[in-house]
Parts: sequence; structure tokens; C-alpha cells
Amino acid sequence: MIYINIFFNEIYKILFLLLPVLVSVALIVWLDRRVWAFVQKRKGPNVVGPFGLFQTLADALKYIFKEIIIPASANKAIFILAPIITLSLALIAWAVIPFGNELVLSNINVGILYLFAVSSLSVYGIIMGGWASNSKYPFLGAIRSAAQMVSYEVSIGIIIINVLLCVGSLNLNEIVLAQKNVWFIFPLFPMFVIFFISALAETNRPPFDLPEAESELVAGYQTEYSGMMYAMFWLGEYANILLLCALGSILFLGGWLSPIEIYPFNIIPGAFWMIFKILGLFILFSLVKAVVPRYRFDQLMRLGWKIFLPLSLLWVVFTASVLFYLDMLPTTG
Amino acid sequence: MKTNRIIKTIFMVDFITGLIIAIKKVFKSKKTINYPFEKGKISPRFRGEHALRRYANGEERCIACKLCEAVCPAQAITIESEIRSDGSRKTTRYDIDMLKCIYCGLCEESCPVDAIVQGPNFEFATETREELYYDKDKLLKNGDRWESVLAKNIKADSPFR
Repeated sequence: MIYINIFFNEIYKILFLLLPVLVSVALIVWLDRRVWAFVQKRKGPNVVGPFGLFQTLADALKYIFKEIIIPASANKAIFILAPIITLSLALIAWAVIPFGNELVLSNINVGILYLFAVSSLSVYGIIMGGWASNSKYPFLGAIRSAAQMVSYEVSIGIIIINVLLCVGSLNLNEIVLAQKNVWFIFPLFPMFVIFFISALAETNRPPFDLPEAESELVAGYQTEYSGMMYAMFWLGEYANILLLCALGSILFLGGWLSPIEIYPFNIIPGAFWMIFKILGLFILFSLVKAVVPRYRFDQLMRLGWKIFLPLSLLWVVFTASVLFYLDMLPTTG
Repeated sequence: MKTNRIIKTIFMVDFITGLIIAIKKVFKSKKTINYPFEKGKISPRFRGEHALRRYANGEERCIACKLCEAVCPAQAITIESEIRSDGSRKTTRYDIDMLKCIYCGLCEESCPVDAIVQGPNFEFATETREELYYDKDKLLKNGDRWESVLAKNIKADSPFR
């Protein structure tokens, strides 16, 4: 009996988190296309629903009714598993994202580690999809994607260490609370820039969208996918982008804290500020997509290993020494 | 020169300039239109769907001189004619194969009486090929339908003819 109780309690909580995330993924796809269009002086999708808001829903419906084609030479089980893994990994990471003080599905004390582990695992979805398709373009796309995600995860990890040095805890809630006086974007600004660029590479966004470079690799690891399975890759990709925006706002922009602790701002619930910051970062993501050309693969690798990695490592040493000599090392944890 | 470039790279000057330009463009007026609901402006010389015009008294303009048939590079026009009881020469058959037509506008230019013209209509897609074999009835109907626009366009273009 008690298990049934727990089951229903958790299901209700999970739905309360997952449905808004999925809906916001749909809206974010629309926003992405719209911002892109606006930069190019186009109107963008504006027909389905008010301002075209339901465009993504219409697209999703189209995908649902399309036939799922599984290539004859594909490894069926892994081929089907790949998009499922991508989407579910992108969604389970949301369990630890705090939307307010203690307003979080599971407040685990190694939240950031969990997030990092889950986002590292998401490369498996891509590599499985590319390998199981048994076709050259998906395979090349998957290899590129895996190499790229692995390289940039290293620098993201070291940037996270920078933040953790200032916080002294792995709990996401405490990371946010540690920014009560000053957001980490101010003392750690260069790290924020590197984090942002690495996040672009991590989610295969332009200018680092080499795995999906149409002119060379058709659609990368998604080439053989169709129908709902393609849509799941696509949802997972955007859920991942949103997740990294959320991570960026937690690590550097003070998460759910309001920007100024004065009257009209501090009564607005934290969830609003969190969503506001995620949206702001996402708009920056889509503006970058509209502005920059695609990197060459060797340039991408050089940037990751020869510039970002040493730079962020140096900054760790710098942060640690400053904290040590000014006697500001955090005592908690 | 070299240090200048390094500073530019570190502070991402070019990237930020590009971003600022992009943000400026977001607030500029949009150049695309909501096509089926609003249409772009087209020139009076626009060479769209064909039409056969009439005089104000309802008589067909075409005198079956067959200049258009002769000049048509795609040989899309077929004309047969007869002498009527009042002594005028008129067409009994005037077919245009719209699938052969290359919309060059030579028929319109060759016509001595402004009978065959290419109007402003470009939305005449059909579901079958047969519907695009236009005969005299269809062309005259087009002429009646677009006459006001056709007359205006011919007048607007006349100084350049």
C-alpha cells in the first residue's frame, strides 16, 4: 500500500516537471526559428496559432503520423534504443534543476555531479544511433559528434570546478544560494564566456554543428531516422540545449535569485527568474546561430584542446590561489 | 598588426560586432510577406497567364493573322481561321498549350491588335495536364475576367513600346 502511495506521489510530481519541460521545448523550437528569421529580416513561422506558437505542435503531429523506416541492414534494437536514450537522458537531468528555494524534484547533495554525468551519457544516444544505422554518413556524423562532445565536456568540467571552488558544495541549491551577494558571472566572467561557447559545442549548435553539417554529412547521425524517432532526437537535442541554459544560469547567473533584492523584485517567485534567465541565455544561443559561420573540424578541436582546456585549468589555479591568499575559501561541505 | 589581431581574438571583437548587427536587424522591418494573404507587387510588363481581349462592343480583337503562331518559339499556339459573312476574318480555333509555353512574351509583342496578352495572373496551377491545354473559350474568359487590369497595364507600358 505504501508503495502505491509513493508511486502516485512521485508520478504526480514527475508529470508536474516533465510536462512544462516538454511544452517549453516545443515553444523554444518556435522561438529559435523565430529569432533566426528576425535576424534575417524574415517573419518566421507565424501561421499556426497566435504568432505561430503551435507550429512545433503541428510539426510533432506530422512526425507522429509519418512512417518509421528501419533500414534493412541496421541493428534494430540499438537503432530503436538510440533516440529513446537521447530523449530520456535529456529529460531525467531536469530532476535536479532547482526552480526556487527547495522547489526541486530531488534535492540530491551531488546535483552538479549528477547533471554532469547525465550530460556525458547523452553522447551514447548519438553514437548508438550513428553506429546502428550501418550507413556511412550517420557513422561519420556520430564519430565527429562523440569526439566533439567529449572534448568540450572536459573544459565544461573544469569550469564547473571553478564555480565549485567558490561554493564549497555540489548541491545545486547551495550553488545558487552562494551567489546571494554577487553572481559568479562577475568574478568569473572569462569562465562564463568559455562555458557558453563549450555549451554551444556540447549541444551541437552552430557554429559547432559539424555532426549535422548538411553539405558534408547529410544530417549526421540522424540521416537514417524518420517519423517519431527523428522527432525524439530533435526533442532531446532541444531539451539538452535548455538544460545547458539552465546549468549556465545556475552556475553563473544566480539561478532563481532575483537580480536586485528590493521590494518589487523580491516578491516575484524564483521560478519566474529562473525561466527568465534560461530564456535570456537561449535567445543568445539562437542569435549566435544566426550570426556565425560553421567551424572547420580541426579548428574546433584546436579551440577545445589547445585554448579552452589550458585556459580553464589556469583559471582554476588562479581562482584557488586568490581564494587561498585572501582567506575566502568556503567552509561549508 | 599581430598584437592587434590577438587582442581582437581574445575580446571576440568581430563576434560581438556581428551580434550587435544581428540584434539591430531584429527590429528592422521584415522583407517577407504572408504570401497567400498578401502578394508582392508585380510590374505592368509581367508575363503571366494568357488572355484574348475583346473590343468594347464585345467583338474579338483577334484577326487571325497568325503572327503569334509563327513567332512562338515553343510552337505552343495553334490557330484556324475562317472568313465570316460580314467579310471579317476571325479565328475558329485558338489553342495555347500552356505546358509548352515558355512565357517569353513574343506573342504579345507580335500582336498588331493587342488581342493576345499575358496578364498579371500567375496562380493557375491545375491538378491535371488537360486543364492546361487552353482553348479559345478559356482565353476569352480570361480576357473578360482581367480586362480592367490588362487595359491599365497596356496603357502603362505603351510609352515604352
